[in-house]
Amino acid sequence: MKILVAAKRVVDYNVKVSIKPDGTDVDVAGVKMSINPYDENAIEEALRLKAKGITTEVVVVSIGTAANQDVLRRAFAMGVDRAILVENDSNLQPLAVAKVLKSIVSREQPKLILLGKLSIDDDTSHTGQMLAALLDYPQGAFVSSLDVNENEVVVTREIDGGTETLALKLPAVITADQRLNEPRFVKLPNLMLARKKVIEIINGAELAIKLGIDIEPRQQLLKVAEPPKRKTGIKVGSVTELLEKLNAHEGIHI
Amino acid sequence: MKTLILAEHNGIELNPTVLQSVTAAQFWEAPIEIFVVGSNINAVAQQAASIVGVSRILQIDAEHLAPQLAEDVAELIASIGVEYQVILSTHSSYSRNILPRAAALLDVDVISDALEIHADNTYVRAIYSGNVNATIQSKDAIQILTVHGNNFVAANSNNSQVEIAKIAVQATQYQSRWVSEARFESARPALSSAKVVVSGGGSLGSAAGFDHLLSPLADKLGAALGASRAAIEAGFASSDILVGQSGIVVAPDLYIAVGISGAIQHTHGMKDSKVIVAINQDPDAPIFQVADYWLVGDLFKVVPELTATLQ
Ligand SMILES: Cc1cc2nc3c(=O)[nH]c(=O)nc-3n(C[C@H](O)[C@H](O)[C@H](O)COP(=O)(O)OP(=O)(O)OC[C@H]3O[C@@H](n4cnc5c(N)ncnc54)[C@H](O)[C@@H]3O)c2cc1C
Ligand SMILES: Nc1ncnc2c1ncn2[C@@H]1O[C@H](COP(=O)(O)O)[C@@H](O)[C@H]1O
Repeated sequence: MKILVAAKRVVDYNVKVSIKPDGTDVDVAGVKMSINPYDENAIEEALRLKAKGITTEVVVVSIGTAANQDVLRRAFAMGVDRAILVENDSNLQPLAVAKVLKSIVSREQPKLILLGKLSIDDDTSHTGQMLAALLDYPQGAFVSSLDVNENEVVVTREIDGGTETLALKLPAVITADQRLNEPRFVKLPNLMLARKKVIEIINGAELAIKLGIDIEPRQQLLKVAEPPKRKTGIKVGSVTELLEKLNAHEGIHI
Repeated sequence: MKTLILAEHNGIELNPTVLQSVTAAQFWEAPIEIFVVGSNINAVAQQAASIVGVSRILQIDAEHLAPQLAEDVAELIASIGVEYQVILSTHSSYSRNILPRAAALLDVDVISDALEIHADNTYVRAIYSGNVNATIQSKDAIQILTVHGNNFVAANSNNSQVEIAKIAVQATQYQSRWVSEARFESARPALSSAKVVVSGGGSLGSAAGFDHLLSPLADKLGAALGASRAAIEAGFASSDILVGQSGIVVAPDLYIAVGISGAIQHTHGMKDSKVIVAINQDPDAPIFQVADYWLVGDLFKVVPELTATLQ
């Protein structure tokens, strides 16, 4: 059985992005980029399934510019078997990403498709559910544990106020919550070795034309701004002072 | 054209956030219909029918719909979606599971967690874990969105009842099967709706420390307990009380952060709280940037003192 994992290249989670002076977009020039953290959970889970003998091959796919090779090299260093880059100059939005991923699924025929639950740059959390819809596969979104049986996968999903367990017939699409696992530490020698691995490159624009899929953005960014700031806080010197201040607040009675 | 609201409910009652969705939907000044899917949900549909500003309820009631699987609900939405200009719900794990699936079936993209609605296709939403607000315009013929519930006042209900249209459906043979559900039982209020939240970080040192220090304070305040990821990774608290980007987003009247540094992934989940109190020994802790009141000090001294001082 084969597993396909989708991995996005995003601004590293430690970076606080700044806004371009003209407010047209965020400024990511020269900023540290990384693999989307939830996608690392997805890769880790696929590798654990391989270690258990449940899967034989883990393939990772990323959609983006040539720069995305670093994300795929990191995936190689973690232990994936193959990597595919769908090269595209512009950033694709979730529906378009799902359409491209669908074409990769048609070609690769994986039994399990793992994505992250959310990209930490756009904060959307749509792609996995959209891909499942396009493929007409069952979906497990926001999954914190999974168990692959004969021809189904049992997943526990994080929902508001609890968890839900579902059994999904394979093939299925799953999006990884951070609670799924702790991604392995990547050793430097593995990163060096990963440099020599071959990444298959597919031209995104040509792929879209060949398959007749519309990958044009549906949403236009008009401007970006800092969110409204909270009122500057007050430093209190003691517990008594804190309680005085709180009790003076309308609506707070403690 | 019309606006459709996907109603979140637990089979017994409507989620109160549906009232916020109704206010958001009023922006389009078109007839508002509420879509209620489940099993044995007459009471839920009637509750929806009494919301002021709604023109009709669509009730799809069938046994196989009890778990409201995304596969089923998305397909039902997609089957009627073209009749609507707007399909929306409040942002939650429920809507985030279903709406993107429905949207893909209708070949549209989703506007996620809209903070403001500026025009019938233009919204403000947060990106980069809430660090940046983006204004976006959607070109899709059907606007499918989730809205940030707390930014919209709840609509009212009254004794009137609008029409409830019942739609019959065939049972599906889907490849997804509901197995079980675990609700976190606690004598304390639910984290996502609590008026007061007390959250602890990795600095509490141990599970016993977390419990002994924070539980008495939470008890006195009638508060829910929350935790940062460091506390959860260290095993001091269970993962269901994680506050932040990977956990729950809360917006209580009062949020007390105890020994939490204030990483953006955490503040993403609590910065909409009305009043934020932070207790931290580091005078430069980033949490102080979002706090209304901050106290520099050792939590092992400050928290017991605070608990003892409260009546
Ligand atoms: C993709 C991703 C998602 C994430 N999602 C979340 C999320 O949802 N929620 C979340 O919380 N984190 C999340 N994180 C982790 C986040 O980045 C931080 O690592 C985490 O919030 C830190 O927790 P902390 O503040 O408890 O611990 P620390 O950063 O270790 O901070 C401890 C704080 O306690 C203070 N302190 C120590 N001792 C005392 C004392 N005796 N008295 C008073 N103060 C003391 C210190 O000054 C310090 O400020 C995520 C990270 C990633 C990469
Ligand atoms: N450009 C991309 N390349 C590869 N995978 C992606 C891309 N965009 C999104 N994904 C996958 O979809 C998941 C959810 O993304 P999103 O819907 O953007 O929040 C991510 O965690 C990735 O697994």
